[in-house]
Amino acid sequence: MEDFGSAGLRRLLAAMPDAVVSSHAQHGDVTALLKRERLADAMRLLRDDAESAFDMLSDVCAVDYLGEEPRFEVVYHLYSLARNQRLRVKVRVPEADPVVDSLVGLWASANWMEREVWDLYGIRFRHHPDLRRILLYDEFQGHPLRKDYPKERRQPLVGPRN
Amino acid sequence: MASEPILLTERSRETPEDDFERDLHTEHQVLNMGPSHPATHGTVKFMVELDGETIVSIDVMVGYLHRGFEKECESGTWYQAIPYTDRLNYNSAILANLGYCMAVEKLLGLETPERCQWLRVMSSELARLSDHLTRCGAACLELQAMTPFLYGIEARELTWDLCEMLCGARVTSNYIRIGGVKHDAPTTFPSTCREYIGRIRELLRDFDKVVTGNRIFIDRMKGTGFLSKEDCIRYAVTGPLLRAAGVPCDVRKAEPYLVYDQIDFDVPIGEVGDNYDRYLVCVEEMHQSLRIIEQCLDRLARLGPGPVNTLDPRVRWPAKERVFNRMEELIQQFKSVTEGPRVPKGEAYFAVESANGELGFYLVSGGGAVPHKVRCRPPSFINLAPLYLMLRGSMLADLIPTFDMVNMIGGECDR
Repeated sequence: MEDFGSAGLRRLLAAMPDAVVSSHAQHGDVTALLKRERLADAMRLLRDDAESAFDMLSDVCAVDYLGEEPRFEVVYHLYSLARNQRLRVKVRVPEADPVVDSLVGLWASANWMEREVWDLYGIRFRHHPDLRRILLYDEFQGHPLRKDYPKERRQPLVGPRN
Repeated sequence: MASEPILLTERSRETPEDDFERDLHTEHQVLNMGPSHPATHGTVKFMVELDGETIVSIDVMVGYLHRGFEKECESGTWYQAIPYTDRLNYNSAILANLGYCMAVEKLLGLETPERCQWLRVMSSELARLSDHLTRCGAACLELQAMTPFLYGIEARELTWDLCEMLCGARVTSNYIRIGGVKHDAPTTFPSTCREYIGRIRELLRDFDKVVTGNRIFIDRMKGTGFLSKEDCIRYAVTGPLLRAAGVPCDVRKAEPYLVYDQIDFDVPIGEVGDNYDRYLVCVEEMHQSLRIIEQCLDRLARLGPGPVNTLDPRVRWPAKERVFNRMEELIQQFKSVTEGPRVPKGEAYFAVESANGELGFYLVSGGGAVPHKVRCRPPSFINLAPLYLMLRGSMLADLIPTFDMVNMIGGECDR
Protein backbone atom coordinates (compact mmCIF):
# COMPACT_ATOMS: atom_id res chain seq x y z
CA MET A 1 0.00 0.00 0.00
CA GLU A 2 1.28 3.45 -0.82
CA ASP A 3 2.01 6.12 1.79
CA PHE A 4 1.81 9.14 -0.62
CA GLY A 5 4.77 10.82 1.03
CA SER A 6 3.07 11.11 4.42
CA ALA A 7 5.44 10.30 7.26
CA GLY A 8 2.52 9.38 9.52
CA LEU A 9 1.02 6.88 7.11
CA ARG A 10 4.45 5.41 6.40
CA ARG A 11 5.01 4.75 10.10
CA LEU A 12 1.56 3.24 10.44
CA LEU A 13 2.06 0.93 7.46
CA ALA A 14 5.44 -0.19 8.81
CA ALA A 15 4.25 -0.86 12.36
CA MET A 16 0.71 -2.13 11.80
CA PRO A 17 0.31 -3.17 8.16
CA ASP A 18 -2.71 -5.34 8.97
CA ALA A 19 -4.66 -2.41 10.44
CA VAL A 20 -4.87 -0.41 7.21
CA VAL A 21 -7.53 -1.52 4.71
CA SER A 22 -6.75 0.99 1.97
CA SER A 23 -5.26 4.43 1.39
CA HIS A 24 -5.58 7.25 -1.11
CA ALA A 25 -4.49 10.86 -1.53
CA GLN A 26 -7.35 12.45 -3.46
CA HIS A 27 -6.84 16.22 -3.97
CA GLY A 28 -3.68 15.95 -1.88
CA ASP A 29 -5.44 14.81 1.32
CA VAL A 30 -3.70 11.66 2.50
CA THR A 31 -6.34 9.25 3.80
CA ALA A 32 -6.18 5.85 5.46
CA LEU A 33 -9.12 3.53 5.93
CA LEU A 34 -8.53 1.48 9.06
CA LYS A 35 -10.05 -1.67 10.50
CA ARG A 36 -12.52 -0.68 13.18
CA GLU A 37 -11.09 -2.95 15.88
CA ARG A 38 -7.55 -1.58 15.40
CA LEU A 39 -8.52 2.09 15.48
CA ALA A 40 -7.48 2.93 19.04
CA ASP A 41 -4.08 1.20 18.74
CA ALA A 42 -3.34 2.81 15.39
CA MET A 43 -4.33 6.25 16.66
CA ARG A 44 -2.13 5.84 19.73
CA LEU A 45 0.78 5.03 17.44
CA LEU A 46 0.05 8.05 15.23
CA ARG A 47 -0.02 10.32 18.25
CA ASP A 48 3.02 8.99 20.09
CA ASP A 49 5.40 8.19 17.25
CA ALA A 50 8.05 10.88 16.87
CA GLU A 51 7.85 10.88 13.08
CA SER A 52 4.09 11.22 12.78
CA ALA A 53 3.50 13.23 16.01
CA PHE A 54 -0.17 13.96 15.43
CA ASP A 55 -0.73 16.00 18.57
CA MET A 56 -4.10 17.43 17.51
CA LEU A 57 -7.31 15.63 16.69
CA SER A 58 -8.82 18.53 14.85
CA ASP A 59 -12.08 17.04 13.67
CA VAL A 60 -14.37 14.04 14.10
CA CYS A 61 -17.44 13.52 11.97
CA ALA A 62 -19.45 10.76 10.34
CA VAL A 63 -20.87 10.15 6.89
CA ASP A 64 -23.95 8.07 6.16
CA TYR A 65 -23.63 5.98 2.98
CA LEU A 66 -27.19 4.67 3.06
CA GLY A 67 -27.54 1.53 0.94
CA GLU A 68 -23.88 0.54 1.25
CA GLU A 69 -22.57 -2.02 3.65
CA PRO A 70 -21.13 -1.12 6.15
CA ARG A 71 -23.37 1.91 6.22
CA PHE A 72 -21.49 4.55 8.20
CA GLU A 73 -18.03 5.97 8.08
CA VAL A 74 -16.45 7.84 10.99
CA VAL A 75 -13.88 10.35 9.76
CA TYR A 76 -11.02 11.74 11.87
CA HIS A 77 -8.83 14.64 10.79
CA LEU A 78 -5.44 14.68 12.45
CA TYR A 79 -2.99 17.55 12.48
CA SER A 80 0.58 17.66 13.69
CA LEU A 81 1.66 21.05 14.98
CA ALA A 82 5.30 20.03 15.19
CA ARG A 83 5.48 18.63 11.66
CA ASN A 84 2.73 20.68 10.00
CA GLN A 85 1.13 17.68 8.35
CA ARG A 86 -2.38 16.31 8.15
CA LEU A 87 -3.85 12.86 7.89
CA ARG A 88 -7.42 11.72 7.46
CA VAL A 89 -8.32 8.44 9.13
CA LYS A 90 -11.58 6.67 8.46
CA VAL A 91 -13.31 3.56 9.80
CA ARG A 92 -16.42 1.89 8.44
CA VAL A 93 -19.19 1.13 10.93
CA PRO A 94 -22.10 -1.24 10.23
CA GLU A 95 -25.66 -0.19 11.03
CA ALA A 96 -26.33 -3.34 13.09
CA ASP A 97 -23.48 -2.62 15.50
CA PRO A 98 -22.76 1.13 15.38
CA VAL A 99 -19.94 1.23 17.92
CA VAL A 100 -16.40 2.64 17.67
CA ASP A 101 -13.72 2.93 20.35
CA SER A 102 -13.67 6.37 21.92
CA LEU A 103 -10.50 8.41 21.53
CA VAL A 104 -11.12 10.67 24.55
CA GLY A 105 -8.24 8.95 26.33
CA LEU A 106 -5.86 10.01 23.56
CA TRP A 107 -7.12 13.51 22.70
CA ALA A 108 -9.44 15.46 24.96
CA SER A 109 -10.92 17.21 21.93
CA ALA A 110 -12.65 13.95 20.99
CA ASN A 111 -15.08 14.39 23.88
CA TRP A 112 -17.50 16.94 22.43
CA MET A 113 -17.03 15.89 18.81
CA GLU A 114 -17.84 12.25 19.59
CA ARG A 115 -20.89 13.40 21.52
CA GLU A 116 -21.96 15.30 18.43
CA VAL A 117 -21.53 12.22 16.21
CA TRP A 118 -23.60 10.19 18.68
CA ASP A 119 -26.23 12.90 18.76
CA LEU A 120 -26.61 13.37 15.01
CA TYR A 121 -25.75 9.90 13.66
CA GLY A 122 -26.43 7.50 16.52
CA ILE A 123 -22.97 5.99 16.50
CA ARG A 124 -21.83 4.98 19.99
CA PHE A 125 -18.32 5.40 21.31
CA ARG A 126 -17.09 2.66 23.61
CA HIS A 127 -15.56 3.93 26.89
CA HIS A 128 -16.65 7.52 26.28
CA PRO A 129 -16.87 9.13 29.76
CA ASP A 130 -20.00 11.20 29.12
CA LEU A 131 -21.90 10.15 26.00
CA ARG A 132 -24.89 12.51 26.12
CA ARG A 133 -26.60 14.39 23.35
CA ILE A 134 -24.96 17.76 22.83
CA LEU A 135 -26.67 19.85 20.15
CA LEU A 136 -30.15 18.37 20.55
CA TYR A 137 -32.18 17.78 23.69
CA ASP A 138 -32.56 14.50 25.52
CA GLU A 139 -36.16 13.91 24.44
CA PHE A 140 -35.31 14.14 20.74
CA GLN A 141 -36.30 11.01 18.82
CA GLY A 142 -33.85 9.66 16.26
CA HIS A 143 -30.62 10.96 14.80
CA PRO A 144 -31.27 13.70 12.25
CA LEU A 145 -28.19 13.59 10.03
CA ARG A 146 -28.93 9.99 9.01
CA LYS A 147 -29.99 9.98 5.39
CA ASP A 148 -33.23 8.16 6.20
CA TYR A 149 -34.31 10.86 8.68
CA PRO A 150 -36.76 13.06 6.73
CA LYS A 151 -35.91 16.74 6.76
CA GLU A 152 -39.53 17.72 7.36
CA ARG A 153 -40.10 15.55 10.43
CA ARG A 154 -41.44 17.52 13.39
CA GLN A 155 -40.61 16.61 16.96
CA PRO A 156 -42.97 17.25 19.87
CA LEU A 157 -42.25 20.41 21.85
CA VAL A 158 -40.84 19.74 25.27
CA GLY A 159 -41.16 22.05 28.23
CA PRO A 160 -38.77 22.58 31.09
CA ARG A 161 -38.36 19.47 33.18
CA ASN A 162 -39.19 21.06 36.55
CA MET B 1 -22.17 17.54 46.97
CA ALA B 2 -24.02 17.92 50.24
CA SER B 3 -21.60 17.65 53.13
CA GLU B 4 -22.32 16.99 56.77
CA PRO B 5 -23.47 20.24 58.39
CA ILE B 6 -21.09 21.42 61.09
CA LEU B 7 -22.37 23.43 63.99
CA LEU B 8 -20.60 26.74 64.13
CA THR B 9 -20.48 26.68 67.91
CA GLU B 10 -18.63 23.37 67.95
CA ARG B 11 -16.11 24.53 65.37
CA SER B 12 -15.39 27.78 67.12
CA ARG B 13 -14.65 25.83 70.26
CA GLU B 14 -11.93 23.90 68.40
CA THR B 15 -9.83 26.90 67.31
CA PRO B 16 -11.09 30.00 69.00
CA GLU B 17 -7.90 32.00 68.31
CA ASP B 18 -7.99 32.05 64.47
CA ASP B 19 -11.69 32.42 64.10
CA PHE B 20 -11.29 34.90 61.26
CA GLU B 21 -8.78 32.76 59.34
CA ARG B 22 -10.99 29.70 59.28
CA ASP B 23 -12.29 28.39 56.00
CA LEU B 24 -16.05 28.71 56.08
CA HIS B 25 -17.36 25.82 54.09
CA THR B 26 -20.70 26.17 52.48
CA GLU B 27 -22.70 23.65 50.60
CA HIS B 28 -22.04 23.67 46.87
CA GLN B 29 -24.81 25.27 44.95
CA VAL B 30 -25.68 24.88 41.31
CA LEU B 31 -26.34 28.10 39.46
CA ASN B 32 -28.15 28.03 36.17
CA MET B 33 -26.81 30.78 33.88
CA GLY B 34 -28.60 31.26 30.60
CA PRO B 35 -29.73 30.25 28.01
CA SER B 36 -30.79 33.89 27.78
CA HIS B 37 -28.40 35.89 29.90
CA PRO B 38 -27.03 39.36 29.14
CA ALA B 39 -23.47 38.07 29.39
CA THR B 40 -23.97 35.07 27.13
CA HIS B 41 -24.29 37.00 23.89
CA GLY B 42 -25.61 34.16 21.85
CA THR B 43 -27.66 31.48 23.49
CA VAL B 44 -25.85 29.06 25.72
CA LYS B 45 -26.52 27.64 29.15
CA PHE B 46 -23.99 27.12 31.92
CA MET B 47 -24.72 24.88 34.88
CA VAL B 48 -22.15 26.28 37.28
CA GLU B 49 -21.40 24.43 40.48
CA LEU B 50 -20.26 26.97 43.04
CA ASP B 51 -18.50 26.79 46.36
CA GLY B 52 -19.34 30.24 47.64
CA GLU B 53 -18.23 32.33 44.69
CA THR B 54 -15.61 29.86 43.47
CA ILE B 55 -16.36 27.75 40.45
CA VAL B 56 -16.08 24.01 41.12
CA SER B 57 -17.28 22.78 37.78
CA ILE B 58 -19.15 23.98 34.71
CA ASP B 59 -21.36 22.03 32.40
CA VAL B 60 -21.71 23.98 29.16
CA MET B 61 -24.90 23.25 27.28
CA VAL B 62 -24.81 24.28 23.66
CA GLY B 63 -27.25 23.64 20.86
CA TYR B 64 -29.93 26.28 21.42
CA LEU B 65 -29.25 27.71 17.97
CA HIS B 66 -29.05 24.36 16.22
CA ARG B 67 -30.92 24.74 12.97
CA GLY B 68 -29.69 21.78 10.97
CA PHE B 69 -27.04 23.57 8.89
CA GLU B 70 -25.55 20.34 7.59
CA LYS B 71 -28.93 18.75 6.87
CA GLU B 72 -30.03 21.84 4.92
CA CYS B 73 -26.80 21.92 2.92
CA GLU B 74 -27.21 18.26 2.06
CA SER B 75 -30.64 18.86 0.55
CA GLY B 76 -29.86 21.83 -1.74
CA THR B 77 -27.43 22.38 -4.58
CA TRP B 78 -23.76 23.25 -4.05
CA TYR B 79 -24.52 26.93 -4.60
CA GLN B 80 -27.49 27.01 -2.24
CA ALA B 81 -25.23 26.23 0.72
CA ILE B 82 -23.30 29.52 0.45
CA PRO B 83 -25.98 31.72 2.12
CA TYR B 84 -26.18 29.21 4.97
CA THR B 85 -22.45 29.63 5.57
CA ASP B 86 -23.10 33.38 6.05
CA ARG B 87 -25.17 32.49 9.09
CA LEU B 88 -22.44 30.47 10.80
CA ASN B 89 -20.33 33.25 12.21
CA TYR B 90 -22.33 36.38 11.51
CA ASN B 91 -19.45 38.66 12.55
CA SER B 92 -17.21 37.38 9.80
CA ALA B 93 -19.50 35.81 7.22
CA ILE B 94 -17.02 36.19 4.37
CA LEU B 95 -14.56 33.84 6.06
CA ALA B 96 -17.13 31.05 6.17
CA ASN B 97 -18.10 31.75 2.53
CA LEU B 98 -14.45 31.46 1.65
CA GLY B 99 -13.87 28.18 3.50
CA TYR B 100 -16.85 26.50 1.87
CA CYS B 101 -16.21 27.80 -1.65
CA MET B 102 -12.54 26.89 -1.55
CA ALA B 103 -13.39 23.37 -0.39
CA VAL B 104 -15.78 22.99 -3.35
CA GLU B 105 -13.08 24.39 -5.65
CA LYS B 106 -10.66 21.83 -4.27
CA LEU B 107 -13.12 19.06 -5.21
CA LEU B 108 -13.60 20.58 -8.67
CA GLY B 109 -9.87 21.25 -9.14
CA LEU B 110 -10.52 24.93 -9.93
CA GLU B 111 -8.00 27.76 -9.99
CA THR B 112 -9.28 31.30 -9.51
CA PRO B 113 -7.85 34.39 -11.29
CA GLU B 114 -5.20 36.41 -9.49
CA ARG B 115 -7.40 39.49 -9.04
CA CYS B 116 -10.06 37.37 -7.41
CA GLN B 117 -7.53 35.93 -4.96
CA TRP B 118 -6.42 39.38 -3.81
CA LEU B 119 -10.04 40.48 -3.46
CA ARG B 120 -10.75 37.38 -1.42
CA VAL B 121 -7.83 38.05 0.92
CA MET B 122 -8.86 41.68 1.32
CA SER B 123 -12.48 40.87 2.09
CA SER B 124 -11.59 38.11 4.52
CA GLU B 125 -9.25 40.43 6.42
CA LEU B 126 -12.08 42.98 6.65
CA ALA B 127 -14.23 40.22 8.13
CA ARG B 128 -11.52 39.25 10.62
CA LEU B 129 -11.21 42.88 11.63
CA SER B 130 -14.92 43.23 12.31
CA ASP B 131 -14.93 39.99 14.31
CA HIS B 132 -12.01 41.06 16.52
CA LEU B 133 -13.54 44.53 16.99
CA THR B 134 -16.76 42.93 18.19
CA ARG B 135 -14.92 40.58 20.50
CA CYS B 136 -12.79 43.28 22.14
CA GLY B 137 -15.61 45.82 22.22
CA ALA B 138 -18.12 43.43 23.73
CA ALA B 139 -15.56 42.28 26.29
CA CYS B 140 -15.32 45.88 27.55
CA LEU B 141 -19.09 46.30 27.53
CA GLU B 142 -19.59 43.27 29.69
CA LEU B 143 -16.96 44.56 32.10
CA GLN B 144 -19.16 47.67 32.42
CA ALA B 145 -17.07 49.88 30.13
CA MET B 146 -19.46 51.46 27.67
CA THR B 147 -17.14 53.95 25.91
CA PRO B 148 -14.56 51.55 24.45
CA PHE B 149 -17.40 49.37 23.24
CA LEU B 150 -18.67 52.31 21.20
CA TYR B 151 -15.18 52.91 19.77
CA GLY B 152 -15.04 49.27 18.71
CA ILE B 153 -18.53 49.30 17.24
CA GLU B 154 -17.86 52.53 15.37
CA ALA B 155 -14.82 50.93 13.77
CA ARG B 156 -16.87 47.82 13.02
CA GLU B 157 -19.46 49.99 11.29
CA LEU B 158 -16.71 51.23 8.99
CA THR B 159 -15.70 47.67 8.06
CA TRP B 160 -19.36 46.87 7.44
CA ASP B 161 -19.71 49.95 5.23
CA LEU B 162 -16.78 48.67 3.20
CA CYS B 163 -18.41 45.26 3.04
CA GLU B 164 -21.59 46.94 1.80
CA MET B 165 -19.61 48.66 -0.93
CA LEU B 166 -18.17 45.33 -1.99
CA CYS B 167 -21.26 43.19 -2.05
CA GLY B 168 -24.34 45.20 -1.09
CA ALA B 169 -24.81 43.54 2.27
CA ARG B 170 -23.44 44.51 5.65
CA VAL B 171 -23.61 41.30 7.62
CA THR B 172 -24.67 38.29 5.55
CA SER B 173 -22.37 39.01 2.65
CA ASN B 174 -22.71 36.02 0.31
CA TYR B 175 -19.73 37.58 -1.48
CA ILE B 176 -17.48 34.65 -2.28
CA ARG B 177 -18.78 32.34 -5.00
CA ILE B 178 -17.56 29.00 -6.30
CA GLY B 179 -14.82 29.95 -8.74
CA GLY B 180 -14.69 33.65 -7.92
CA VAL B 181 -16.37 36.52 -6.13
CA LYS B 182 -19.73 38.16 -6.76
CA HIS B 183 -18.17 41.08 -8.61
CA ASP B 184 -15.16 43.37 -8.57
CA ALA B 185 -14.89 46.21 -6.06
CA PRO B 186 -16.41 49.52 -7.25
CA THR B 187 -14.00 52.18 -8.51
CA THR B 188 -14.52 54.34 -5.42
CA PHE B 189 -13.60 51.47 -3.13
CA PRO B 190 -9.80 51.92 -2.84
CA SER B 191 -9.95 55.59 -1.84
CA THR B 192 -12.80 55.03 0.65
CA CYS B 193 -11.01 51.99 2.06
CA ARG B 194 -7.78 53.92 2.62
CA GLU B 195 -9.69 56.72 4.32
CA TYR B 196 -11.50 54.23 6.56
CA ILE B 197 -8.26 52.42 7.42
CA GLY B 198 -6.96 55.73 8.77
CA ARG B 199 -10.10 56.23 10.83
CA ILE B 200 -10.03 52.65 12.13
CA ARG B 201 -6.39 53.16 13.19
CA GLU B 202 -7.43 56.30 15.07
CA LEU B 203 -10.27 54.47 16.79
CA LEU B 204 -7.95 51.61 17.68
CA ARG B 205 -5.57 54.14 19.20
CA ASP B 206 -8.38 55.64 21.28
CA PHE B 207 -9.49 52.16 22.28
CA ASP B 208 -5.94 51.28 23.26
CA LYS B 209 -5.57 54.42 25.39
CA VAL B 210 -8.77 53.78 27.33
CA VAL B 211 -8.50 50.02 27.73
CA THR B 212 -5.06 48.43 27.47
CA GLY B 213 -3.50 50.15 30.48
CA ASN B 214 -6.71 50.52 32.44
CA ARG B 215 -6.31 49.08 35.93
CA ILE B 216 -9.85 47.77 36.21
CA PHE B 217 -9.57 46.08 32.83
CA ILE B 218 -6.20 44.54 33.69
CA ASP B 219 -7.50 43.31 37.05
CA ARG B 220 -10.37 41.53 35.38
CA MET B 221 -8.38 40.11 32.45
CA LYS B 222 -4.89 39.31 33.73
CA GLY B 223 -4.54 35.86 35.23
CA THR B 224 -8.11 34.81 34.46
CA GLY B 225 -9.25 32.15 32.04
CA PHE B 226 -5.78 30.66 31.90
CA LEU B 227 -5.30 27.74 29.50
CA SER B 228 -1.87 26.23 29.01
CA LYS B 229 -0.24 25.40 25.69
CA GLU B 230 -0.50 21.67 26.35
CA ASP B 231 -4.19 21.86 27.19
CA CYS B 232 -4.85 23.93 24.07
CA ILE B 233 -3.26 21.23 21.94
CA ARG B 234 -5.08 18.40 23.73
CA TYR B 235 -8.37 20.15 23.09
CA ALA B 236 -7.44 21.10 19.48
CA VAL B 237 -7.98 24.75 20.37
CA THR B 238 -6.87 27.03 17.52
CA GLY B 239 -6.86 30.71 16.66
CA PRO B 240 -6.13 33.60 19.05
CA LEU B 241 -6.59 31.30 22.06
CA LEU B 242 -3.79 29.00 20.95
CA ARG B 243 -1.58 31.89 19.88
CA ALA B 244 -2.13 33.63 23.22
CA ALA B 245 -0.73 30.50 24.87
CA GLY B 246 2.47 30.98 22.90
CA VAL B 247 2.05 28.70 19.88
CA PRO B 248 2.63 30.57 16.60
CA CYS B 249 0.11 28.46 14.71
CA ASP B 250 -1.84 30.15 11.93
CA VAL B 251 -3.27 28.38 8.88
CA ARG B 252 -2.36 31.43 6.79
CA LYS B 253 1.32 30.79 7.54
CA ALA B 254 1.36 27.01 8.02
CA GLU B 255 -0.55 26.09 4.86
CA PRO B 256 -0.76 29.35 2.88
CA TYR B 257 -3.84 29.50 0.69
CA LEU B 258 -4.80 32.20 -1.86
CA VAL B 259 -1.93 34.71 -1.97
CA TYR B 260 -1.02 34.79 1.72
CA ASP B 261 2.48 33.59 0.87
CA GLN B 262 3.10 36.85 -1.04
CA ILE B 263 1.91 39.06 1.81
CA ASP B 264 4.08 40.46 4.56
CA PHE B 265 2.41 40.04 7.95
CA ASP B 266 3.31 38.81 11.41
CA VAL B 267 1.63 36.31 13.69
CA PRO B 268 1.48 37.74 17.22
CA ILE B 269 1.75 35.33 20.15
CA GLY B 270 1.11 35.70 23.87
CA GLU B 271 3.12 34.51 26.82
CA VAL B 272 0.92 32.77 29.36
CA GLY B 273 -2.47 32.25 27.74
CA ASP B 274 -4.77 34.28 29.97
CA ASN B 275 -7.55 36.63 28.88
CA TYR B 276 -5.25 39.65 28.77
CA ASP B 277 -2.89 37.86 26.36
CA ARG B 278 -5.86 36.93 24.19
CA TYR B 279 -6.93 40.56 24.12
CA LEU B 280 -3.43 41.72 23.17
CA VAL B 281 -3.17 39.08 20.44
CA CYS B 282 -6.51 40.18 18.99
CA VAL B 283 -5.52 43.85 19.00
CA GLU B 284 -2.24 43.11 17.25
CA GLU B 285 -4.03 40.90 14.71
CA MET B 286 -6.29 43.83 13.87
CA HIS B 287 -3.23 45.96 13.06
CA GLN B 288 -1.85 43.09 10.96
CA SER B 289 -5.17 42.81 9.11
CA LEU B 290 -5.03 46.52 8.29
CA ARG B 291 -1.51 45.99 6.96
CA ILE B 292 -2.70 43.11 4.78
CA ILE B 293 -5.63 45.16 3.43
CA GLU B 294 -3.25 47.97 2.44
CA GLN B 295 -1.02 45.51 0.61
CA CYS B 296 -4.06 44.10 -1.17
CA LEU B 297 -5.15 47.57 -2.26
CA ASP B 298 -1.68 48.30 -3.64
CA ARG B 299 -1.56 45.04 -5.53
CA LEU B 300 -5.10 45.38 -6.89
CA ALA B 301 -4.22 48.85 -8.18
CA ARG B 302 -1.10 47.47 -9.87
CA LEU B 303 -2.96 44.49 -11.35
CA GLY B 304 -5.52 46.72 -13.02
CA PRO B 305 -8.93 45.56 -14.15
CA GLY B 306 -9.27 41.90 -14.96
CA PRO B 307 -11.49 38.85 -14.54
CA VAL B 308 -12.63 38.02 -11.01
CA ASN B 309 -14.32 34.74 -11.91
CA THR B 310 -12.95 31.57 -13.40
CA LEU B 311 -13.94 30.80 -16.97
CA ASP B 312 -14.51 27.12 -16.21
CA PRO B 313 -17.84 26.18 -17.87
CA ARG B 314 -18.76 23.88 -14.98
CA VAL B 315 -19.39 26.80 -12.64
CA ARG B 316 -19.67 29.76 -14.97
CA TRP B 317 -22.80 30.72 -16.86
CA PRO B 318 -22.33 31.04 -20.62
CA ALA B 319 -22.40 34.49 -22.24
CA LYS B 320 -25.94 35.76 -22.82
CA GLU B 321 -25.39 36.36 -26.50
CA ARG B 322 -24.51 32.71 -27.01
CA VAL B 323 -27.39 31.54 -24.83
CA PHE B 324 -29.87 33.30 -27.11
CA ASN B 325 -28.36 32.00 -30.35
CA ARG B 326 -27.05 28.50 -29.67
CA MET B 327 -28.69 25.31 -28.49
CA GLU B 328 -25.80 23.93 -26.37
CA GLU B 329 -25.32 27.13 -24.42
CA LEU B 330 -29.06 27.41 -23.85
CA ILE B 331 -29.09 23.92 -22.39
CA GLN B 332 -26.04 24.72 -20.28
CA GLN B 333 -27.64 27.94 -19.02
CA PHE B 334 -30.77 26.00 -18.08
CA LYS B 335 -28.71 23.37 -16.26
CA SER B 336 -26.58 25.99 -14.48
CA VAL B 337 -29.64 27.83 -13.20
CA THR B 338 -31.71 24.85 -12.13
CA GLU B 339 -29.11 22.62 -10.56
CA GLY B 340 -25.72 24.35 -10.62
CA PRO B 341 -22.42 22.55 -10.92
CA ARG B 342 -22.02 18.78 -10.74
CA VAL B 343 -19.04 18.06 -8.54
CA PRO B 344 -16.98 14.93 -9.28
CA LYS B 345 -17.18 12.05 -6.82
CA GLY B 346 -14.70 12.38 -4.00
CA GLU B 347 -13.88 13.96 -0.67
CA ALA B 348 -11.86 16.99 0.37
CA TYR B 349 -11.03 18.94 3.52
CA PHE B 350 -10.10 22.58 3.32
CA ALA B 351 -9.29 24.86 6.23
CA VAL B 352 -9.03 28.63 6.44
CA GLU B 353 -7.91 30.73 9.39
CA SER B 354 -11.12 32.30 10.62
CA ALA B 355 -11.27 34.89 13.37
CA ASN B 356 -11.79 32.13 15.94
CA GLY B 357 -9.35 29.60 14.60
CA GLU B 358 -9.23 26.86 12.03
CA LEU B 359 -12.51 26.80 10.13
CA GLY B 360 -12.54 23.65 8.05
CA PHE B 361 -15.00 22.18 5.59
CA TYR B 362 -15.02 18.46 4.88
CA LEU B 363 -17.09 17.80 1.78
CA VAL B 364 -18.11 14.49 0.24
CA SER B 365 -19.59 14.43 -3.23
CA GLY B 366 -21.38 11.50 -4.76
CA GLY B 367 -20.86 13.02 -8.19
CA GLY B 368 -24.17 14.88 -8.32
CA ALA B 369 -25.57 18.37 -8.06
CA VAL B 370 -26.30 17.93 -4.33
CA PRO B 371 -23.55 17.54 -1.71
CA HIS B 372 -23.54 14.18 0.02
CA LYS B 373 -21.92 15.57 3.15
CA VAL B 374 -21.06 19.09 4.27
CA ARG B 375 -19.19 19.06 7.54
CA CYS B 376 -18.11 22.31 9.11
CA ARG B 377 -15.31 22.14 11.67
CA PRO B 378 -16.54 24.93 13.92
CA PRO B 379 -13.75 26.64 15.87
CA SER B 380 -16.25 28.16 18.35
CA PHE B 381 -17.57 24.76 19.34
CA ILE B 382 -14.15 23.19 19.74
CA ASN B 383 -12.69 26.21 21.59
CA LEU B 384 -15.60 26.24 24.03
CA ALA B 385 -15.09 22.63 25.15
CA PRO B 386 -12.20 23.39 27.57
CA LEU B 387 -14.09 26.28 29.23
CA TYR B 388 -14.38 24.32 32.48
CA LEU B 389 -10.59 23.93 32.51
CA MET B 390 -10.10 27.68 32.07
CA LEU B 391 -12.46 28.48 34.93
CA ARG B 392 -12.01 25.70 37.47
CA GLY B 393 -11.16 27.32 40.79
CA SER B 394 -11.75 30.89 39.65
CA MET B 395 -14.44 33.30 40.72
CA LEU B 396 -17.85 33.37 39.11
CA ALA B 397 -17.14 36.89 37.82
CA ASP B 398 -14.20 35.53 35.77
CA LEU B 399 -16.64 33.62 33.64
CA ILE B 400 -17.71 36.84 31.92
CA PRO B 401 -14.36 37.99 30.43
CA THR B 402 -13.32 34.41 29.70
CA PHE B 403 -16.47 33.67 27.78
CA ASP B 404 -15.99 36.94 25.88
CA MET B 405 -12.45 36.16 24.84
CA VAL B 406 -13.36 32.60 23.81
CA ASN B 407 -15.81 34.41 21.53
CA MET B 408 -18.28 31.61 21.14
CA ILE B 409 -20.62 32.51 18.29
CA GLY B 410 -23.89 30.61 18.63
CA GLY B 411 -24.52 30.40 14.91
CA GLU B 412 -21.24 28.66 14.31
CA CYS B 413 -21.10 26.64 17.51
CA ASP B 414 -24.57 25.11 17.22
CA ARG B 415 -24.93 25.14 13.42
